[in-house]
Amino acid sequence: MSEIRIAHARKIYEGNTPVIDDLSLDIKDGSLFTLLGPSGCGKTTLLRMIAGFNSIEGGDFYFGDTRINDIEPSKRNIGMVFQNYAIFPHLTVKDNVAFGLKQHKVPKDEVEKRTNEFLKLMKIGQFESRKPDQLSGGQQQRIAIARALVINPDVLLMDEPLSNLDAKLRLDMRQVIRDVQHQVGITTVYVTHDQEEAMAISDCIAVMSFGEIQQVGKPKELYHRPHNEFVATFIGRTNMLDGTLLHEGGKAAIELAGGYRIPVAQLDAATDQPVRVSIRPEEFVRCPDGPIEGTIVDSVYLGKDTDYFVKTAFSDRIQISEESSFSENLVPGDSVHLKVNTAKINTFTKDGTKNLLEEVG
Amino acid sequence: MKRQSSWNIWTVAATLIFVGYLLFLIYPIITILGSALFVDGQLSLGNFASFFSRQYYFDTLMNSFAVSGMATVLALLLGAVLGYVFAMFQFRGKKLLQILIIVASMSPPFVGAYSWILLLGRQGAITKFLQIYLGFGEINIYGFAGIVLVFTLQLFPLVFLYVSGALKNVDSSILEAAESMGSRGAKRFFSVLLPLLMPTIVAAALLVFMRAFADFGTPMLIGEGYRTFPVTIYEEFISEVGNTNSAFASALAIIAIVISLVIFLIQQVVANRFSYSMNSLHPIEPAPVRSWKKVVMYILVYGAIFIAVLPQGYLVYTSFRNTKRMVTVAGYSFENYANAIRRDGVSIINTIRIPLLGLAIVLVVGTLLAYLAIRKKNAFTGLLDTLSMLPYIIPGTVLGIAFITAFNSGVGGTGFLTLTGTVAIMAISFALRRLPYTVRSSEAALRQIPVTIEEAAESLGSSRLNTFLKITLPMMASGIVSGAILTWITMISELSTSVLLYTVKTRTMTVAIYTEVVRGNYGIAAALGTILIGFTVLSLLLFMKISKSDSLTL
Repeated sequence: MSEIRIAHARKIYEGNTPVIDDLSLDIKDGSLFTLLGPSGCGKTTLLRMIAGFNSIEGGDFYFGDTRINDIEPSKRNIGMVFQNYAIFPHLTVKDNVAFGLKQHKVPKDEVEKRTNEFLKLMKIGQFESRKPDQLSGGQQQRIAIARALVINPDVLLMDEPLSNLDAKLRLDMRQVIRDVQHQVGITTVYVTHDQEEAMAISDCIAVMSFGEIQQVGKPKELYHRPHNEFVATFIGRTNMLDGTLLHEGGKAAIELAGGYRIPVAQLDAATDQPVRVSIRPEEFVRCPDGPIEGTIVDSVYLGKDTDYFVKTAFSDRIQISEESSFSENLVPGDSVHLKVNTAKINTFTKDGTKNLLEEVG
Repeated sequence: MKRQSSWNIWTVAATLIFVGYLLFLIYPIITILGSALFVDGQLSLGNFASFFSRQYYFDTLMNSFAVSGMATVLALLLGAVLGYVFAMFQFRGKKLLQILIIVASMSPPFVGAYSWILLLGRQGAITKFLQIYLGFGEINIYGFAGIVLVFTLQLFPLVFLYVSGALKNVDSSILEAAESMGSRGAKRFFSVLLPLLMPTIVAAALLVFMRAFADFGTPMLIGEGYRTFPVTIYEEFISEVGNTNSAFASALAIIAIVISLVIFLIQQVVANRFSYSMNSLHPIEPAPVRSWKKVVMYILVYGAIFIAVLPQGYLVYTSFRNTKRMVTVAGYSFENYANAIRRDGVSIINTIRIPLLGLAIVLVVGTLLAYLAIRKKNAFTGLLDTLSMLPYIIPGTVLGIAFITAFNSGVGGTGFLTLTGTVAIMAISFALRRLPYTVRSSEAALRQIPVTIEEAAESLGSSRLNTFLKITLPMMASGIVSGAILTWITMISELSTSVLLYTVKTRTMTVAIYTEVVRGNYGIAAALGTILIGFTVLSLLLFMKISKSDSLTL
């Protein structure tokens, strides 16, 4: 078990601009840490640098106190789980799991004992003598996890391990990974592009875009206090609106197009400026005396919730979300009144790079 | 991972292979280039000038183009039509016919020529029948017609296998879509199917042309006065060896390489222009055929394949007949076999041991080279990959000449590697000629293995060598083994290089057959030919068992 420290990492593929220029990151011992971002953001590249399958063009990588830059992947004592499982097709389930132990010259009875232990932990004991091609994707991924963990690695690296599974199985395996990680308590770096999956599984998330870390934080922090517009829009859904921050008698408010003002007491100390406001769909609340007038454009029934798209003075189409009820029957053209749950909105500078709440502390 | 500066198992392997290619490919080619270009120590194009100025030589080149072109057209027609019929329609005995086609395609090429002489030659069985019972005059199989006939029957199976393979990748929904838009039958064939098959047909055409162009045994046996280019190269070289030098033959060899190179480049360009990818979820289901069409189909399919395997069949039959030199006499016995083993027993053993040695080289070098080119891609391994393709464009006769010239008195005349006349030089030449195919097929097998599988092994603490031996090789194994059997089959039926390189001690069966035919010992040649066909068929059956398929993809 160990902490992972990355200082000023740099990755350039031959003759190109850097994929990662200067990236630093600390991953706490025993935590499940997720690298989250859209495809091409460099998250898998970074993971493969930690694993040793990508060269490192700059910076230092540490497992605990050991600098691993120049250590072969086979000597880094990592466990890795791949998107396509990478199960050895010519070996049985049991031999797959035992492979790493044999490479580490573990005594025979110890190999047997540890292998059985992890076959049991991952609930694949009954398939031990089968060839992998007779097993489902979910079962193959269980083998992959058992195979990675059985060698007692310092860190566990997982590269989009659930993306090849169907939706239902993905939810089950998500829980399996979380449970096993807690039981074993191993430092885990998990790569995904699925923000919901990241939120559900992680102790801590680093949101990445274009090779840079946008924000590191707990799932809750990312959702409620995103650093910048990118994080606000990438994590969950939101309405991004243009507005102006102004003060009236020392009280801060954001004025949206059409003159509607949202009081924001948290920003009393900030200076007047044009801003971008993020209001999540569930923070718009429909109520008869709400100050915002709107017209329903469209609605999407999702079972538990219903999404409405509403035209207002400040936007042609804002999204609001509320719990469904059987009696409700709003159709396009109906007019509604809305208010905003002001405690939970986020305000960014005009260019979207900074959350004003952080600036004023 | 560290930069590739340090020596590891892969850089060592790459370097060794490179040295091998330098010695056994680059150096021999440079040697013949040198002897073609330098006349009395002076750089001169004299040898080339005398080729193009002498009508006699130039004609042989034109002859080669004529027979190869004609054979290509006919083989394409026959192969493509059969491929289409096999894919689209139901009929009986399909599986057996498919195996027979493969046997025909794999049989030693010049054995076909020899069998046709037995059938349609001056003393041929069919010739006699026609002359005695139907009052035909002289029948002339020798020359242009004979060469084209043999080439066509030898090469249409290749086209068939190519086209069948391509049709397997056509999704039946494409045909159904065409039908739903009103395109059926012949119209659909020309507007939808033919364009889809075009890349395959072009590739097959060039391959067939190249094989025909480079073939030595067939025109040598059945061509008589009608000389083709490879025959000329061979005879010029043989006649020159005794007296002065091999300069003129070398010049001819260079011309042959240049022609092959041009054809190869055309093939590459065309393949790139026409290529697109198809994947077929629902392969075409053969449909039943009725009425007169059914009769026509059966006659066509069974007729074509009967003619294709007729020479092999007749050869087997002849081998059991009592023979007196060129004439068969009454009665059946194993006498031919006894004579064959007495006179040419060594060649049978050579036909096993020399190709086995060549096969070993091909397997080791081919697998390593494929791994280097795919997994350790860089400028150097790219160069190796290109080098491995080079023998593809060098006709067998030319390679034979180059090897003799280069290793007659050792490398650069130093006595080091004086290989002429050894088993080694034969095995190396076999390996060199077959490597382009093996490297390609191993690369294809390797591409099927995700890199992450090897990375998974490494992450579990496995060293590079261990990963290669325990993970990569076992996963490639079935592809390697079936490729090895095909390699073996082509090696045992090789003639054009071995006919130049052999000595009494290293004579192979193909050379023995050739010699016996030339000497007029038809019975012994037939017995040897039958043994060779037996080896081929057995190997093919083994191949089908291992690759678990009754079809062959090239």
